[in-house]
Amino acid sequence: MRLFRALFGTPGTAVLTVAIAALLAWTVPSLLRWAVAAATWTAENRRGCAPGGACWAFIRARLGLFLYGGYPPAEQWRVNLAAALAGAALLGCLFARRRRGAWFALLLIGVPVAGGTLLAGGLFGLRPVPTADWGGLMLNAVLSFVAVGAAVPLGTLLALGRRSPLPFVRGLCVALIEFWRGVPLLGVLFMGLVLLPMVLPQGVTVDNLVRALVVLILFASAYMAEVVRGGLQGVPHGQREAAAALGLHPLQANLTVVLPQAWRIALPGVVNVVVDLFKDTTLVSVVGLFDLMGVVNQSLKDQSWLGLAQEGYAFAALLFFGCCLLLSLAGTVLERRLRQRPEGG
Amino acid sequence: MKFGNRVRFWVGAAVAMLAAGTVQAQTAIPVPGPTVTAIKARGALACGVDTGIPGFAFQDSKGAWHGFDVAYCRALAAAVLGDPEKVRYVPTTTPARFTVLQAGEIEVLIRDSTMTLTRSVQLHLDEVATNFYAGQGFLVSTKLGVSKITELNGATICTLTGATLELNIADFARTNGTKIGTLLFEKSDEAVAAMESGRCDGYTDDTGSLAAVRSTLKVPADWVVLEGVISKEPLGLHIRSGDVTWRNIVFWVDAALKTAEEAGVTKSNAEDMAKNSKDPLVKRLLGAEGGFGAMLGLNNDWTLQAIKAAGNYGEIYDEFFGPKALDLARGQNKLWSQGGLHYALPFR
Repeated sequence: MRLFRALFGTPGTAVLTVAIAALLAWTVPSLLRWAVAAATWTAENRRGCAPGGACWAFIRARLGLFLYGGYPPAEQWRVNLAAALAGAALLGCLFARRRRGAWFALLLIGVPVAGGTLLAGGLFGLRPVPTADWGGLMLNAVLSFVAVGAAVPLGTLLALGRRSPLPFVRGLCVALIEFWRGVPLLGVLFMGLVLLPMVLPQGVTVDNLVRALVVLILFASAYMAEVVRGGLQGVPHGQREAAAALGLHPLQANLTVVLPQAWRIALPGVVNVVVDLFKDTTLVSVVGLFDLMGVVNQSLKDQSWLGLAQEGYAFAALLFFGCCLLLSLAGTVLERRLRQRPEGG
Repeated sequence: MKFGNRVRFWVGAAVAMLAAGTVQAQTAIPVPGPTVTAIKARGALACGVDTGIPGFAFQDSKGAWHGFDVAYCRALAAAVLGDPEKVRYVPTTTPARFTVLQAGEIEVLIRDSTMTLTRSVQLHLDEVATNFYAGQGFLVSTKLGVSKITELNGATICTLTGATLELNIADFARTNGTKIGTLLFEKSDEAVAAMESGRCDGYTDDTGSLAAVRSTLKVPADWVVLEGVISKEPLGLHIRSGDVTWRNIVFWVDAALKTAEEAGVTKSNAEDMAKNSKDPLVKRLLGAEGGFGAMLGLNNDWTLQAIKAAGNYGEIYDEFFGPKALDLARGQNKLWSQGGLHYALPFR
């Protein structure tokens, strides 16, 4: 009854309900017919796919490329292991009841070192895999992870610097933040790609991935700094004064009293930046890196699978939606866990 | 400056995380003749290709590269290193392709790129050889009842943003006193979808791309590629200016592939003909006589290796544009002896 009232309570809502139902009845069946009923799941090439339906066989054939890019198939266990490590550390941070600091240290230091060694190889008898072979969803994950991992401390420093009483430090931080927030990411990526080789001495090349990473880190840091600054402003001034009254050094006061509270306040904003950044990593496909979007775009050009743009983009969208949903969920869980702790201070 | 140190620390940590050796310092490249040394030192030819375009360069489901331009990379690697698999493919985007070549990240750019005066003079590139004669063509609905480009009056054509395609149409219409409308799109998939849903009467692009588009249409019989082209797009092999030895090698590998077609040398019979042929042309081409390889600083079986790796020019064309592939008529890409434009200089 409550549902009925919600849907048909007033003439206005009734009209809206009928209109939306009609729209759904008009679009959903044909979408389902395309995506499920008339779809082809196994085929050798495009000619094996039934016309009028989705050709999911294309996604199946290229799933390895979508996930790992050009990473050698024999070495893909290393990517899986690194992902499992990162996942385990993240779960530890979210759900551990004790020693959460150790879990965070593992996530921010242990995972990058171990993961970097695993992915790049060259140590402990692991075959080196050049970064040019990295690609697919794995590349998006690596870019986001490194950018966020570096942007959290860097952004916090910038936020603190922006509130610093020293004019030089404050000016520098404001300039950095405003510059990186004010230029388009795509433009800077292009600059790194086209301008950098001109500036560097002949024969010296900087890895494409490193170029993209540096740009992404600086970008994410600027956004992160503003989010953290919002958190800092949310901490009552009395907290800092109380810390000073207890005889804490300003650095101690920041680390043990102000920042923990500021981060807690800033968390929803931080999750927002992380999700945004994850989606922004697709922009690297324009500078010749094969992230998931790059691989999808390229797969559409395979002569055995021409003309399957709908399937490719639909798959990429679903995959991104799934990943971002997971990130949001993790953020929500973290928020709830932090709220459960007794208020400090 | 604690802050600056922290920045440096984090940037440094990110770099270190991606393993030492991602920032590579290569030896500076003096002229002349060092390109081959660099290739041999690396053990692989760094070949710049398209990030993905049907016919010319694309990756299969295993991630292996195929295509018309890719076959040229393989032939070059086989000629220089004796192994067509020793290629490092560097996919390059349209705005970055020439910069990547100038910066020394690749030795040769084979990327469906038109050879023009400005690219040669302003960008200091050598345009060594044409491997594909393309041009801007039209794919239109049969409902228009048109068979020649000059009859296209009052039609609306879907095309891609970026100055040249649209500019060529405007120039062409003005010269012929006709009216051709254009509808612009960012991606070819969008443009083709718009054409199939009837928003425009046809689609224009380079002839190679038109063939790829037609093969994806729902009812290919409803569409026809019009005779003729409205622009010259000689696609070719680009290198940095300065290294004469390397230029000669690239030039003569291209000539060898075309001469092989003339002489009837194919991927499968090359080995046999190198040993048994009595024809002096074939003997010189395949290195049994003449010692041309040594003159270029290569092994004398360089052409044999290249042909065995990629096939002769006609075989390469058929593999990617022939009736069993994208089905594009060879037209100007026939040999000179069959009415086309490919005229390789003689091996003597």
